[in-house]
Amino acid sequence: MKPFTYTRADDITSAVSEVSQQEGAKVIAGGTNLLDLMKIDVMQPRHLIDITRLALNTIEETAQGGLLLGALVTNADTAYHEQVEQRYPLLSHAILAGATAQLRNKATDGGNLLQRTRCYYFYDTHTACNKREPGTGCSAIHGYNRIHAILGHSEHCIATHPSDMAVALAALEARIHVTGPRGERTIPIADFHRLPGDTPEKDTNLADDEIITSIELPSKGFAQHYTYLKNRDRASYAFALVSVAAGLDMEGDTIQEARIALGGVAHKPWRNPEAEALLIGKRASRENFQPVADAYVQKAKGFEHNSFKIELACRSIVRALMQAAKIDQ
Amino acid sequence: MQEKALSPTVSTERITLTINGTSQQVEVEVWTSLLDLLREHLDLTGTKKGCDHGQCGACTILLDGKRINSCLTLAVMHDGAELTTIEGLAQDGELHPVQQAFIDHDAFQCGYCTPGQICSTIGLINEGKAKTLDDIRDLMSGNICRCGAYTNIVKVLQEAIERNQNL
Repeated sequence: MKPFTYTRADDITSAVSEVSQQEGAKVIAGGTNLLDLMKIDVMQPRHLIDITRLALNTIEETAQGGLLLGALVTNADTAYHEQVEQRYPLLSHAILAGATAQLRNKATDGGNLLQRTRCYYFYDTHTACNKREPGTGCSAIHGYNRIHAILGHSEHCIATHPSDMAVALAALEARIHVTGPRGERTIPIADFHRLPGDTPEKDTNLADDEIITSIELPSKGFAQHYTYLKNRDRASYAFALVSVAAGLDMEGDTIQEARIALGGVAHKPWRNPEAEALLIGKRASRENFQPVADAYVQKAKGFEHNSFKIELACRSIVRALMQAAKIDQ
Repeated sequence: MQEKALSPTVSTERITLTINGTSQQVEVEVWTSLLDLLREHLDLTGTKKGCDHGQCGACTILLDGKRINSCLTLAVMHDGAELTTIEGLAQDGELHPVQQAFIDHDAFQCGYCTPGQICSTIGLINEGKAKTLDDIRDLMSGNICRCGAYTNIVKVLQEAIERNQNL
């Protein structure tokens, strides 16, 4: 790890002013991903601002009937929070499908959204990587790309976003509250993470001098009909090859609204609102789910080692919707 | 002889930690992990360094009663915290019940992962979320045992959970 200087922020204002004024500064909270990357020199901040003492560690009800998750609440405390378990079980399940108990006890909700890709080449400083070193090229496109993207990738980067939590938040249409030197603003989760395009070094639309303060869950939690289906190489503690966060609003067996977000397939949680809309007013059935799944992967493009993800995503969507609708056949 | 490269300005902070019930002040370089503080500065070498990347769980300790990877956090961030390491579990010459259960069930072979496995087991019991065999396996997946003593580690947990449910 490269040496750095360290300060502990007492309030948000001082944290924001420090992060905007110190070049090469990064905020640190749980640190589970940042320190990991610092140990192998993938990230080399010159200054760390410890924000763990800021008052952003509560979960509160909003006036609109939703929940406000403080950015510093740990992933474990979020997943096991009574209101989250009861009203947003999709989020709870997605969080618990990721990492390990030890990591979830440290990792924060804000940090979860800001974690970096697990692309092997991003981690290996001896190889070219446009995300790590813009302009050097993408080693994954013609390399070992089994875990890489099938949707929304570019010629510059085919990495995926590793978060499970973000996939559930995408399905729930969460809103990310951030603050910076220009004041506060709110970013819908759909606009929070970016596609790689020709700037894969930018994972999100959060500015370098902005800090996430909270994540707002709208009142609708899809607690009756939901599932988080995660396909991975081992049963626990592995990143998703393909995951599906599905939430259905149903009256009898008729679907009023459907939300489907995919993880492990793109640089951001992947939604297709037009495909979701195909289900409005339809009966929950395998026959009606199939065209939606087909529409989700219609534009998918695989690489040498990951084309299996296209069929896997298609089948996973159908299965997730059947689980959410609680139908067997 | 080649001259040593100029060392960067060493940035240190004084923090107070309660470790295994004893409060102590320590001066740490800001980049020191909690694990390195325990092992290299305080001679508490029971906590092991395996991967140093949060993947193996050998460095698991209890921070304010919760299990964490001590390798993936900075010591300087824990001013005022309360830590329990494997060295702090036995009381008055009596092993902690989980330590004794690891012996009774022969839940280790080489022993390198064991301090982490034991701290993780205590953390899991404190959390109270594991109800089934699958839960145990899932919630212990942050602790790797290269000797493959999992079968007997799971037995320790099954017994502990049954005992807690019968209380």
